[in-house]
Amino acid sequence: MTDTIPMHVTRYRPEQETAPTVEEYEVPLRRDWAVLDGLNYIKDRQDGTLSYRWSCRMGICGSCGMTVNGEPMLTCATFLTEYKPGPVRVEPLSNFPVIRDLVVEIGDFLRKLPKVMPWIVRDTEKPTAEGEYLQTPDEQDAYKQYSMCINCMLCYSACPVYGLDPHFLGPAAIALAQRYNLDSRDHGAADRLELLTHPDGVWGCTLVGECTRACPKDVDPAGAIQRYKLTAAMQSLKAFLLPRGAR
Amino acid sequence: MSAPPIYTEFHPRWYRKRMGTLWWLHRRSYLVFALRELSCVFIAWFVIFLLLLAHAIGGGNHAYHRFLDWAANPFVIAVNIVALLFVVLHAVTWFNLAPKAIVVRARGRRVPSPLIAGTNYLAWAALSAVVAWLVLRS
Repeated sequence: MTDTIPMHVTRYRPEQETAPTVEEYEVPLRRDWAVLDGLNYIKDRQDGTLSYRWSCRMGICGSCGMTVNGEPMLTCATFLTEYKPGPVRVEPLSNFPVIRDLVVEIGDFLRKLPKVMPWIVRDTEKPTAEGEYLQTPDEQDAYKQYSMCINCMLCYSACPVYGLDPHFLGPAAIALAQRYNLDSRDHGAADRLELLTHPDGVWGCTLVGECTRACPKDVDPAGAIQRYKLTAAMQSLKAFLLPRGAR
Repeated sequence: MSAPPIYTEFHPRWYRKRMGTLWWLHRRSYLVFALRELSCVFIAWFVIFLLLLAHAIGGGNHAYHRFLDWAANPFVIAVNIVALLFVVLHAVTWFNLAPKAIVVRARGRRVPSPLIAGTNYLAWAALSAVVAWLVLRS
């Protein structure tokens, strides 16, 4: 007989209940099974009505973020054996409205993301015929860590500031802004300044540091935010002290 | 089941969970954060204490000694000890944060974090030593 592990999964079916409930399932405990495999087992064999998001199963699409035993995790990269003998509590990501079961509404994040202009902004584009914008390995290193973000939103789920004030721009969006600000090919730092230095931008962060702990890709959003606070403070100081044109 | 939910096919009713009042007790990092936010009250207290001291010095020998007597009151000492602990928490947080905020590159390499944090702690220790010498030399 194979080992099993209990999974306590939060259900929310708005057509029949006003608040989430917990349903208990028993799934096989296999060494190579992630929490997501457990959910797939439930959906395939026990209850086809269970709703959740997933796609790649290899920690890169950022779809399967959920709260596992109280911690925001990628369920494809979290193994059932770590929670032996169980139960494994699976809840939707915190700080987001729940649409159904484990599916959260991510519109707020998706609206914030383009605001930081997460693309290379150029003062002047050079013709394609002149070739690529070249970069040294050092120049690439300057932003590479921040480019690892997979938009899984675990950092938003971990951030109490975002939980208390949904207007806060949030860890991933700010880290992504830094990813482009620090790119030698980008000229958009001045365009991003106003949004980032808005009270809902970097100054909203009170350095709890949970975003960095939750990040499955070691992006260190908290570090990115503190680094930008220093940049923003220096900019303000320069704007105050230096004549226009010398800034 | 309680009251029938308001639900339409194209506008499903989202469930929004609000953070409880005691959310900051749920995790160590949340608690440290809440304590750090609270520390500003004690920083303000130190500023007031310093202003009162300056005022007492301005008021002459008698006022100064009255202030010293008041400051030696066990309650004031207790408040000052708590305030000191909060200020230390505040300072340690920011010194540990310094390597994240200050990214220095030297000879093509990033200066290691312990060096940046260490420099901050060293400057803190040196300044504290100077202040201690000024206060205790008489």
